[in-house]
Parts: sequence; C-alpha cells; structure tokens
Amino acid sequence: MEALFNRYRNVAALVVAIVAQLMLLAYQIKGNGEVRLIRVWAVSAVTPVARGMEASRGGVAHFFRDYFFLLNVRGDNQRLKAEVDRVRLENQFLRNELSTADRAKSLSIFQQQSPSRTVAAHVIGNTTGVGAKVVIVDRGSNSGIEKGMAVITPDGIVGKIIGVFPTASYMLLITDPTFAAGVLSQKNRVHGTVKGLGYGSVTVDYVQNEEMVDQGEWFYTSGDDRIFPKGLPVGQVTVVRTGKARKEIYVNPAGLQNGLEEVLIVVDGVHRDLPEVSAGDQPVHLLDPPPAEGGAEEAPVSSGPRLTDADRLVDRYKKIGEAQKHVYGEHGGGAPNFNLDPAASANAAAPKAPTGAASPASNAAAPQAANVATPQAASGAAAGSPAISPRQSSAVSPPQKAANAPAQAPVQSTATPDRGPTR
Amino acid sequence: MASTGSDFREDFSEASLKSHTVTYRVVAVAGIAVAAILFRVYVPRWISYLAYLELPLLVTIYFSLMRRSPLAGVCYGACIGLAQDSLSPDPLGMFGIVKTLVGYFAATVGQRFNVDNTGVRFTLSFFFYFFHQFFYWVLARALLAQMIGFDLPTTLIVAVLNALVAVPLFRVLDKLKVTE
Repeated sequence: MEALFNRYRNVAALVVAIVAQLMLLAYQIKGNGEVRLIRVWAVSAVTPVARGMEASRGGVAHFFRDYFFLLNVRGDNQRLKAEVDRVRLENQFLRNELSTADRAKSLSIFQQQSPSRTVAAHVIGNTTGVGAKVVIVDRGSNSGIEKGMAVITPDGIVGKIIGVFPTASYMLLITDPTFAAGVLSQKNRVHGTVKGLGYGSVTVDYVQNEEMVDQGEWFYTSGDDRIFPKGLPVGQVTVVRTGKARKEIYVNPAGLQNGLEEVLIVVDGVHRDLPEVSAGDQPVHLLDPPPAEGGAEEAPVSSGPRLTDADRLVDRYKKIGEAQKHVYGEHGGGAPNFNLDPAASANAAAPKAPTGAASPASNAAAPQAANVATPQAASGAAAGSPAISPRQSSAVSPPQKAANAPAQAPVQSTATPDRGPTR
Repeated sequence: MASTGSDFREDFSEASLKSHTVTYRVVAVAGIAVAAILFRVYVPRWISYLAYLELPLLVTIYFSLMRRSPLAGVCYGACIGLAQDSLSPDPLGMFGIVKTLVGYFAATVGQRFNVDNTGVRFTLSFFFYFFHQFFYWVLARALLAQMIGFDLPTTLIVAVLNALVAVPLFRVLDKLKVTE
C-alpha cells in the first residue's frame, strides 16, 4: 500500500490539486458564490504596494524631469501650460466642453457642475485576467463605493464597478466584451445597447435596420440600465451600416480618448436631458414670411375675460333664458326658443316676440354666415364673436380658424400666468 | 549561452541530471513569485506592451523545472496560480488549474532533461506558454462560457517573446540556488 502510494504520489497530488480547484470553481460558478475573503486579502495586501509604487514612480519621474532634463524648460512649460489651461477652462466653462483642458482641473470642475454626486478615483493598476478590460481604482467601500456604480470622466462614460474592496475596486471598462449599457442617439433618439469589443472601439447593438443613425452622431446614456444616469456622453458613431438582422454601429468611446488616469465614480446619479443638436448641425431652410393680408391684421383685438366656444355658448343660452324668463332645470317649463337672438329677444322680452321677429337678426347673421368662408369674413365674424351662433361657429373652416387665432392670441397670453410656466 | 554538441550530450547523462537537483530558500521563492504577480498587475499600466509578458508563468516553469519534483511543481503552480486568480476578476481557480498542470508537467520534464541548457529552456518556455494560454482558453470556454477568441499567430509570437525573456530571466534566477 505504501509502495503504491509512493508510486502514484505525484499523480495523486496533481489530481487532488486539480479536483480541489475545480470544486472551488464549481462553487463559485454554480452557486454564484463569491470567495470574497481571499480577494479582499489579496487586494488589500497589494493596494499599499501599488500606492507605494505609484508614488515612487511619480516621485522619480518628477525628480528627473524637474532637476536633470528640463530644469528651465519645465518651469516655462508649466507656466505656459497653466496659462493655456486657464484660457481653455474659461472657454470650457462657457461652452461646456471639457475634453481638451487639464485633466485634474477638468475633473474637478466637472464634478462641481455635475448634478450627480461623484467620488474622484485614481486608476492604480490592471487586473491579471486574460483579455479582460478591468482596472483597479483606489477607492473602495471605505469611500462609499458599491458594486454596479457608474464610472465616468468629463468626456464620457468609461465603465462600471464590478468588485468592491475596502480600499480599492475593480472597474470594468466600456471596451470589455462583457460590458453593456443602454444608450440613446442624440439626433434621432434611437435606443440601443452599447457593448465592448475587446479593443478600442465599442458597438451599439439592438438597433433595427429601419432606424436612422448617422455617422458622426453622438450616443448618450439612456438611463434604462439604471446604472448610468441619462444624458452622459458615450461616443460618436464612426461606422454605421445595415447588417443582417440589425444595424452595425461602431462608436468611438469618448471617455477613453484622453487616457484613463483619474475617473469619477457616480455615487448618486441624476438623470439629465440629452443636449439638443445645435443649429449648426441641422441647417433649416426658412421661407420669407407671407405678405400681410389686411383683414387678418386689422381684426380688432377682443378684450375681457377669456372665452371659449363653449363659454360663449353657455353665455348665449343664459341670455336667451333670461330674455325669455326661462329657468333651466325647472320641471315642466319646456324649452326656450334657442333660435332667437338674445339681444333682440331682450328688447322684445315684454311683448313676447314671435319666432319670426328674430328673423331680421338671423337674416342679418345669414350673410355673415354665407361669407364666413373667406378669411376677411372670418375675422369680421371673430370680431363680433357673440353674434356667431353655435352652428356658425362649428361651421368655421380651417382658414377661418387660422384667421381667428391672431385675435385670440392676446387673450391667451394674459391667461398664461394662470397656467404656470410654459415650456 | 547555448551549449556545444558535446556539452549537450554531457548535460543529458544520468549522473549529470542527478547532480542538478537544486533547492531554493522559501523566502526567495515566495518573494520572486509575488514580485512576478505584482509586475503582471502594475507594470503594464505604464508600459502597455509588457502585458504580454507572463512572468508568473515563467517563474512557475523555472522553479518547477529546477526542483524536478512534480509534487513541488504542483504546489508552485497552484499557489502562484491562485494568487494570480485572487487579483483577477475571473473566478478563483482558472489560473490555479492551468498553472498546476504547467508546474506538474514542467517538473516531470525537468526530471528527464538537463534544464540548464539554454535551448531546452527556450523550447520548454515556448511550449508551456502556449500550453498555458491554450488550456486557459479551453477552460474559459468550457467552464465560464466566455466566448473569447484564440488568436493562434499572436499566441505563437507572444510565446516566442516570452521564451526569449525566459532565457535571461532563468539565468538571473539561477543566482538564487542554494548550494549544499
């Protein structure tokens, strides 16, 4: 037995080691179990080393640059750079373009301006995964970072947090094949899902061939994924073509264009509207205004309380009822004669006029109704709106309604404050 | 440097192989392994093309080859692999399994070849790098269902580059041998 064990000792050790690790893998994959303790130890042990390496690297690099190679040039360069940065930042602040300024200052300004609450972090290393686009940032659960938080720069989104440790976190880059986020095109508001390709570019998937996406168009986060707040820039379309089932769209990720050293982790995201396409991007041809037609402009402006057709109808019926001493809703009272003109019937209220007595007024209204098809007549009718019967009002043609609009506009504008702020 | 023909034959003699069993201080082995992993994690951040250099693997190959003990090779491979896994976003065990196999096979090969020979070291480093990458790819597809691609020409080129680095690296690591 001992001889047998000695003979197969090495193979047995190999099998035991492999099986143990397979079981560990199976535990993690099958049960979605996280062997968190080992990772916490490893990352916590390595993070101080990384900080030290980063500090010493920066110190050595600065030392050589400052005292050996570029003693004077460095100073001049810093001064000029500071000046350029200041000018750039001013320009940036006005135009809300943060892509070309000094990174740290841009990040700070962006952080202040952004409605979302963010935490600045420094990328301190890569992970060891083969093909994985995951980096380590120097903020962890001690800084309030949680798994699933979005990571951005002033230029756009760069990734999301996939693992959190006390002093560091794993950040999955937008270029990783397993990355996905909901996006929305700026011009045509086309929804899609941005996915990494494993190299510099990313793709926007699930866009139907029928939908319109232009080359050079910007994609922004849609907020659908509930990770990235709506309105953050994702990138600009470099290639768009019709695919077999869906459109093939390749996007240049804006957030990674200027390197990746400092990032902002969105702790509390706030959705924003997408910026409108600037007028320069969308040339619009406008004709000269049409020549003024006298009738429409000369229409007297009605003043007084705002009246709709329904208000005027109710008013007219009230007057008819008062003129004929009719109480609406009274049982057994019958119905008033709605064909009578209220003004005429008010005058003839005492000697109750026969139905035909109203005929002059209605006859007088008849030519108006006959001419109402012309804009001039329409405006005249609008000027004497109480004289328009409900039937006439309903018979107003679209040009007539258009002609009525200028006369009603001032009335509407006076009522605007009641409606609250308009968009 | 490369051995001459007579040296090569001499290197493969039985007596020579037996006399080549070497030992290392535990601290040295652990320090070198940790340094290799840290190199893999942080140096490519500043010199991106060094990401292709798989130093933890080369260290595993070296110590397994030189110790000529499959049991030790399994331990080296499993420990270095799991340490590398702990800094990777993938589940623990992926690098562990692959490097365990590499350590075992490297130690087994080390019992049969004179691993002080430069040509042998270059060839074994090339082969084990390729084996490592290929087996990792197989595991990732089979166990993690990751549809990552395997770029054969690139892998072969990177394997040659790693083997080229392995030769001088092994010479440097030879200085850590403990002579009895």
